[in-house]
Amino acid sequence: MQSLSSADFAPIPNSQEVHGISRPSLSYWQDAWIRLKANKRALMSLYIVIFLLLFTIVGPWIWRVSPAAQDLDQVSQPPGSPRVALIVDDYTPWFGEGNPLETGLRTFGDPTTQVVRLQWNALPGAAGHRIYRNLFPLGPERAYGIPIGEFFDNNTLFFEDRLDLKPQNYYYSVVALGQFGELLDSYELIEVDVKRVTTIAEALEQELVSHTSNFQIGDAIDMAWHPLGTDYLGRDMLARLMAGARVSLFIGIGAPFLFVLFGVMYGSIAGFLGGKIDQVMMRFADFVVALPFLLFMILFKIAFGVGPGESGVLPMLVALVILMWPATARLVRGQILLIREQGYISASQLLGAKTPYLILRHMIPNTLGVVLVTLTFAIPSAIFTEAFLSFIGMGVVPPTPSWGSMSNEGIKTMLTTPHELIFPAVIISITVLAFNLLGDGLRDALDARMRNQE
Amino acid sequence: MWLYTFKRLLQGVVTVWFIATATFIAMHNVPGDPLLNDRAMTPEIRANVEAKYGLDQPLATQYFIYLRNLAQGDFGISFTQENRQVNDIIREHFPVSAILGVLAVVFAAAGGVLWGALTAIYRNRLPDYIIMFFVILGISVPSFVVAALSQVSLVNLNSLFGTTVLPVAGWGTIFHMLVPAMVLGLGTMAYLTRLMRSSMLEIISSDFIRTAKSKGVPPARIFTKHQLRNAILPVVTVLGPAIAAITTGGFVVEIVFAVPGLGRFFVEAVQQLDYTVIMGTTVFYGAFLVFMVIVVDVLYGFIDPRMSMK
Repeated sequence: MQSLSSADFAPIPNSQEVHGISRPSLSYWQDAWIRLKANKRALMSLYIVIFLLLFTIVGPWIWRVSPAAQDLDQVSQPPGSPRVALIVDDYTPWFGEGNPLETGLRTFGDPTTQVVRLQWNALPGAAGHRIYRNLFPLGPERAYGIPIGEFFDNNTLFFEDRLDLKPQNYYYSVVALGQFGELLDSYELIEVDVKRVTTIAEALEQELVSHTSNFQIGDAIDMAWHPLGTDYLGRDMLARLMAGARVSLFIGIGAPFLFVLFGVMYGSIAGFLGGKIDQVMMRFADFVVALPFLLFMILFKIAFGVGPGESGVLPMLVALVILMWPATARLVRGQILLIREQGYISASQLLGAKTPYLILRHMIPNTLGVVLVTLTFAIPSAIFTEAFLSFIGMGVVPPTPSWGSMSNEGIKTMLTTPHELIFPAVIISITVLAFNLLGDGLRDALDARMRNQE
Repeated sequence: MWLYTFKRLLQGVVTVWFIATATFIAMHNVPGDPLLNDRAMTPEIRANVEAKYGLDQPLATQYFIYLRNLAQGDFGISFTQENRQVNDIIREHFPVSAILGVLAVVFAAAGGVLWGALTAIYRNRLPDYIIMFFVILGISVPSFVVAALSQVSLVNLNSLFGTTVLPVAGWGTIFHMLVPAMVLGLGTMAYLTRLMRSSMLEIISSDFIRTAKSKGVPPARIFTKHQLRNAILPVVTVLGPAIAAITTGGFVVEIVFAVPGLGRFFVEAVQQLDYTVIMGTTVFYGAFLVFMVIVVDVLYGFIDPRMSMK
């Protein structure tokens, strides 16, 4: 043990520093903001949410393409596909004149997106012919593709294909038909590389060229630019994603905002009044919770009805509010019950404060942290619900785009043009993820009791 | 315990009555006419059909007839499918949805408990990060996207092996059920994993675990007897709502995988405005969900002895 000298027992000088406040005093919200800023994931999510809001609100001002405009020369084009087109003459019908010296299945003229002209010689033993088009070569199972024309005589040995042609390779087959229109075994196959073309009239109409500029048949011009490609009707994906964001985020943020507001009022009244009224009110909330959610979303949606020309956004909003308020109401009631017993409420009452004042001035502000967290978590679930309903065709009415209905359209062609599904799916996922992580961060920052263990 | 069960069942009956009433009110506000289709209908025929379905009665009478039939378990006759009882439709299609749902719940619960426990044990280490990455993915990717992507992978898998390893769509054998059940249970599994993780973390740092460790209980026994058993309780409480979420979430999976379940049938009935089928299915689902929540709550009383004391 150390020996002590008398110097160790000298009184410590009375310093002012000990009494000073080392850090500025922080309000609840300032403290929460500092905590949130320290949370990298939550901050990242906050930036994503801000970016999404900008994308939705400012986006359509920058990218001024109508989400409803159809570019039929570029249907289902993935992003970054070549968009050079040759200018050709207007379409004129063709009646099979060509060079009879050639044999076999052959094309006449250049195969273009305007028209592919096919000629062939009668197949041996055929009483007629059927023409097929395929995207893939003829496999061992002899898949010819889709039938695009058939002739039950041997006089017609030509065909014009103008059906939804895209600039890509096609495999055309001509197959012999028997007496009764049955398929025979003999066929011929040709691979055709279709070039993208457009006419002067179309180019002018789509404002790809101006009247004054100097161009002629055979010139190459650039088609309209679609940064994220086009959908199955040739509509610009970027413009549709922006328009869809308006619908999805309007429902996704508007509905939670409204039902949280209603839940706060309902819950605080029930919690404050207590007794019989509280019991009746909360029992009613229990009933609403018991309603099977998705079934009633659909029921309410058809009960409100969607008139012609309406988008079906409002019925969905109302249905969401009707079905989702009880969770907030329960939570707020629990909080109010806790706060009601606090000393400052009695003090305020003693000073003559009336019930509305107590609720508005003391109780609701003190539950705001919890409510904000609930709101943040309610947003992704509302976005999911909208996407889910639109996906099964019970949501917004076409042609109104929403991320869910875009996924629904994209899923039909996901094997050939996956971008039509990937873009809306990814943006839904990112949005939901961002709001979920932001909610986690807010919960950790705002509410010590709900703070999780991460 | 029995009194509690009885009270809960009584509450359940009242809840089902509320669901039935809400369904009735909602359906009677639907614009459009169930008898208005492309077949021309003379006023006489119309009156006959209305009399057959009781549509000529005042609304209050209709409501009481509806309640009386419900109490007898009779959901009525389909409007669009001639002479088909709604009961028959439910009997035919609900088992399919139920099997799919049960598989999905088993998958979700087992996976959730397992992954949640693993992440808690390997907290802030590689397995934790990997599992939590997939959990976040499971929470934020919509089920229809997962369903579509898994279908594409099935196609690729089958073409890789040259035979049908797992069928892409349809219904019949256990192989048809596997992938749809996994897709259906994925979101719930992610949710349960998070719940299990935080509950497990709380248990791991509690005093009785430290006591068990210090008195030399083998780690495996601590894990099964002390940690898992206690951490699992919050997971059991949310199983009731989870079953509800999974059963109704089946709509999309049933549509994408062409499963002949009740959810798909409900969507079709809504598109055709088949009143009795819509009402019957809604009330049936509602009653089923209320019942499931009661079952889970009562079971919870058996698992957690503290509950029955209250």
